[in-house]
Amino acid sequence: MRHSRLWTWHIIAGIIILTLLGLHMLIMHLEALTPKALNPAGGEAVDWANVVARGKMVFFMITYILLLGAALYHGLYGLNTIVGELNIRPGLKRCCAAVLTLMGVGLFILGSWAAVAARTAAMKM
Amino acid sequence: MAQNVHDNHLGIKGWAFGGSWSFERYLYTLHRLTGLGILAYFLMHIFVTTARVFGPDSWNTLLGEHGFLKMTVFKIGELMVFAAFGFHAFNGIRLALVELGFLVGKPIEPVYPYKTCLNTSRAATAVLMLLAAVVIVMGGWDFFMD
Repeated sequence: MRHSRLWTWHIIAGIIILTLLGLHMLIMHLEALTPKALNPAGGEAVDWANVVARGKMVFFMITYILLLGAALYHGLYGLNTIVGELNIRPGLKRCCAAVLTLMGVGLFILGSWAAVAARTAAMKM
Repeated sequence: MAQNVHDNHLGIKGWAFGGSWSFERYLYTLHRLTGLGILAYFLMHIFVTTARVFGPDSWNTLLGEHGFLKMTVFKIGELMVFAAFGFHAFNGIRLALVELGFLVGKPIEPVYPYKTCLNTSRAATAVLMLLAAVVIVMGGWDFFMD
């Protein structure tokens, strides 16, 4: 039951990623199709002026954190599934699951802090 | 000993040969490989994008016009990640649809020549893979036009 619940979250996270990462890829790699408001300085999407402009928008701060959480869960749960299929001792599998969980929580804290701190810094510019 | 009956005795080798050589077998293997590639990139991406917190100098050192990550090798890597994303996303849509009971058809009697639900979903699979190819080509076009 626990695994089917985690698997359902894996699919839900996949749908969130599909939507938000689709938007992220559109902005970053299909600039010709991106609305001007999302890259107001023109040029490349990763130019500092564009990064600051997007950093000021609360929409991006929230969606970055949501995407970060969904992607970390989807990716690390997927990796844990692969580890679970390997022929290794059950104790080692549990150890891997614990390491992946800790890694996910740590990176989520780092990424969320970066999203909030970047917005705070952008608002001062 | 009974437990061994259910062990995944092929382990990771089963990705390449698990008893089925259908088109979907290759999609399964590619889905896992692209997933691992995207995950590796994503974990590094979290650290790289954190650089924006430390101001323009820090950001431009990595992603500015002559930044470290603007080297050709990284651009090619980025294109590969984009292609992996395009494939993983559209194959993921297929997997989610099948998981939710779409594209598998109604249950039928097992009459020879046997049919599998893969026959039912193969047209949709082809369409989704075609869409993935279109997105990958569009992304590739954007990379080479920059």
